[in-house]
Amino acid sequence: MSLIKLGSNLPFRPRLFRLRLWPLSLLALTVVLATPIFVVLSSVFFPAGDIWTHLLDTVLFRYIRNSFALMVGVSVGVLALGILPAWLVTAYRFPGSKLFEWALLLPLAIPAYIIAYTYTGMLDVAGPLQYWLRDMFGWSYGDYWFPEIRSLGGAVVMFSLVFYPYVYLLARAAFADQSGSVVEVARSLGCSQRSAFLRVALPLARPAIVVGLSITLMETLADYGTVQYFGISTFTTGIYRTWNGLGSTVAAAQLATLLLSFVFVLVLIEAWSRKQSRFYNTGARARPNSSQPLHGRLLLLAYLACGLPVVLGFIVPFLQLLYWASLTFDSIMTSDFLGYLFNSLALAAITAFVALALALFIAYGRRLFPSRLAQVSSRVLGLGYALPGTVVAIGVLVPFTFLDNKVSAFMVSRFDYNTGLLLSGTVFILVFAYLVRFLPIALNTVDAGLAKVRPSMDEAGRSMGLSPLQMMRRVHVPIMRGSLATALLLVFVDVLKELPATLLLRPFNFNTLAIRTFELANEERLADAAGPALAIVLASLIPVILLSRSLRQPSNTPSKKASQGASSAKAD
Amino acid sequence: MLGNKGFFTCALSITILLAGVVRAAEVNVYSARSEDLIKPALDRFSEETGIEVNLITESADALIRRIQLEGSNSPADVLLTVDAGRLYRAKEAGILASVDSPILRARIPAAYRDPEEQWFGLSLRSRVIMFDKSRVSSGEIARYEDLADPKWEGEICIRSSGNIYNQSLIASMIEHSGEVATELWAKGLVANMARRPQGGDRDQIRAVVAGQCKLAVANTYYLAGMLNSDVAVDVEVAEQIGVLWPNQDGRGAHMNVSGAGMIKTSQNPNEARQLIEFLSDDYAQGWYSEVNNEYSIRANIPASVTLKRFGDFKPDSINLEILGRNNEASVKLADRAGWQ
Repeated sequence: MSLIKLGSNLPFRPRLFRLRLWPLSLLALTVVLATPIFVVLSSVFFPAGDIWTHLLDTVLFRYIRNSFALMVGVSVGVLALGILPAWLVTAYRFPGSKLFEWALLLPLAIPAYIIAYTYTGMLDVAGPLQYWLRDMFGWSYGDYWFPEIRSLGGAVVMFSLVFYPYVYLLARAAFADQSGSVVEVARSLGCSQRSAFLRVALPLARPAIVVGLSITLMETLADYGTVQYFGISTFTTGIYRTWNGLGSTVAAAQLATLLLSFVFVLVLIEAWSRKQSRFYNTGARARPNSSQPLHGRLLLLAYLACGLPVVLGFIVPFLQLLYWASLTFDSIMTSDFLGYLFNSLALAAITAFVALALALFIAYGRRLFPSRLAQVSSRVLGLGYALPGTVVAIGVLVPFTFLDNKVSAFMVSRFDYNTGLLLSGTVFILVFAYLVRFLPIALNTVDAGLAKVRPSMDEAGRSMGLSPLQMMRRVHVPIMRGSLATALLLVFVDVLKELPATLLLRPFNFNTLAIRTFELANEERLADAAGPALAIVLASLIPVILLSRSLRQPSNTPSKKASQGASSAKAD
Repeated sequence: MLGNKGFFTCALSITILLAGVVRAAEVNVYSARSEDLIKPALDRFSEETGIEVNLITESADALIRRIQLEGSNSPADVLLTVDAGRLYRAKEAGILASVDSPILRARIPAAYRDPEEQWFGLSLRSRVIMFDKSRVSSGEIARYEDLADPKWEGEICIRSSGNIYNQSLIASMIEHSGEVATELWAKGLVANMARRPQGGDRDQIRAVVAGQCKLAVANTYYLAGMLNSDVAVDVEVAEQIGVLWPNQDGRGAHMNVSGAGMIKTSQNPNEARQLIEFLSDDYAQGWYSEVNNEYSIRANIPASVTLKRFGDFKPDSINLEILGRNNEASVKLADRAGWQ
């Protein structure tokens, strides 16, 4: 265990962490959860024939170029759509600002490929809008200019509209946690509210925003449905094409490995950026951020900045889905529908809580027991999020079927009884795959929350004689509640929308809303797909609303007391 | 800690418990055909035979991989796919077994089943040229080869070559005209495209009516599905489309099948064979035609009313195994031709 550096200065360390149990269990957890990723990586040791020559000669650079362009475009998009509203709803009050606070989260509920389908349905050359234009002005195709929705630019807009809530959510939490006095000090030093935002609030929130951005980019890289529908050749479509078209599993996995190396650079940049700004910006506000009223033209601008993302990212596609669903209502509402709904909700809830528990375990351990192992482990675990779901699913299937077959062979030789496949084809393997994919979001969010708990708070709590459990309950949980709820929500919604791993790993006769949506949409029956898609959206609303409520409640008093006098924004 | 004894007692009791569960007759289906398009037929099979059917749907390549990984313990009995290329790939992967069935041999023409009887076609579809009836007359184009004719510059809508139906079309062209000629053809086709390939087959049909292009290449059941749709706009669009059966003076229209194979490690080979036979019987074949808008694999089963509107045609009669064999070459060819 030379990796582990003993001896942190933190005073508070429960027994579990004293016995080296933590590093051992972290190591075990990391290895288990990272196996699917190692399976993908191991592909580099196998020959892929002449396929790479072919890829290099023909399509590889297009894949790289398009993926890169998507990432740049989506970054700009989500930052533009996410940060400003987050600042507006925390630093100002205006009629409807409370409503916007949670309404801005709504686009999270819409899977990226679904929003792509709805906008294509409306704006495509064969959609109602262009038909109307042609009828109205007597034009025919080619007489007028209209932006092509199924294009790289279109994909950037679609991704930005559904992924900006990640940035918004984390930025808002960061702004809301900033001590009001920080902004006030800035203002008393002559800063306008605007420059207080640019020079104080925004730099303080940067680590959180970078987390949101990296979640967004990983989702973008992992997407298959949207880019495939829009006909944009990216890494993901390339991986599928290499696997399904060229029939080479090895070359496909090697492409995935190449993708991962890009992601790894992304992860390093994120880590570097976080290190650059080691602010312990206290979760407990010495004074609440006093919000300013907005009037006149600024108010109008605020409505635009907050309203546009909600209208375009949620209301418009929602109405389109509603319209389609109304056309096909009778065929949707079968008796099976409730079963799909139940499966989706159950899987999402189970995974969300397990992911939260694991994320807490890892994040706490890392805090109490800093080591290189802890750092490496969270980097490695973070990779699963950026891989296309099918790649992860196969990576999961490989070790599980191997294990199942070994057990089965053993049982046959020992007891002459075949246990068959014990874990493959069960809900267990499904939840495992979800964890491989979505643990990183929970981990990132919990980390961000834990960063708000300053070491001095632990010290203060200890000096008041709090036991570790009391400390957690009375100091940490109140401060981190928003982050914990966010982690739950994000994983919950992501599992509701998850498709590729569910498709490949599910047991017999087991359907979810996402699968129903996909199967119908895949047959190009968009109107029929609208019903289950709508159900995903509505089911996601439950946690979104719960989250917004939990975020609105102020932190409990003990945490404030524990951190009184510790309100300076910078430490460490 | 459990001692050795404890462990074995545990294992033994679990074993006995598991063994105690008596299984009803069942058959496990891994299907690349989506649930909506197969479940009703499977339900009917269960009703008729009392054999329970368990179903998973997913893309064929993923299912083949899953079966390979599950190895000898795979629960899969039957693999259903929606194209011949994947059936061939499953056979190549060594996961299928020959099914010796006089019934299947009698019902299914040789071109639509594996020479070694490891897989069987169950329903037919053709990939045809569709045109806007108001702007194109049916005499203006006759063959797939004509799609590369410069007179159609900027007038053709076709989806990505990542789609298996385009790959199969290219594969059949390679078989008939060779790789060099087909690559030239693909380049000509790319030059004639009205737009970068995008969307599905129905989107190509819609773009024709919207005026973005005059010709589209699409599978027959998509147009039929639009004609029978609940959505009024779709019906309206489809009514304006004409179907051209290509290469009628030569080899015939390019065909593909959906089909089935029995898994080598099947625990229920009898039930698996019964299911495949059921899917080829009069009822199921009529169902494929009426509900899924596909042509029956058997000449004596009449096409649905909707399909009859497209008229009679001469099908290409090459053995569909060739589509699978040429698949990799097709994809590489498309990459070289710049067909995204």
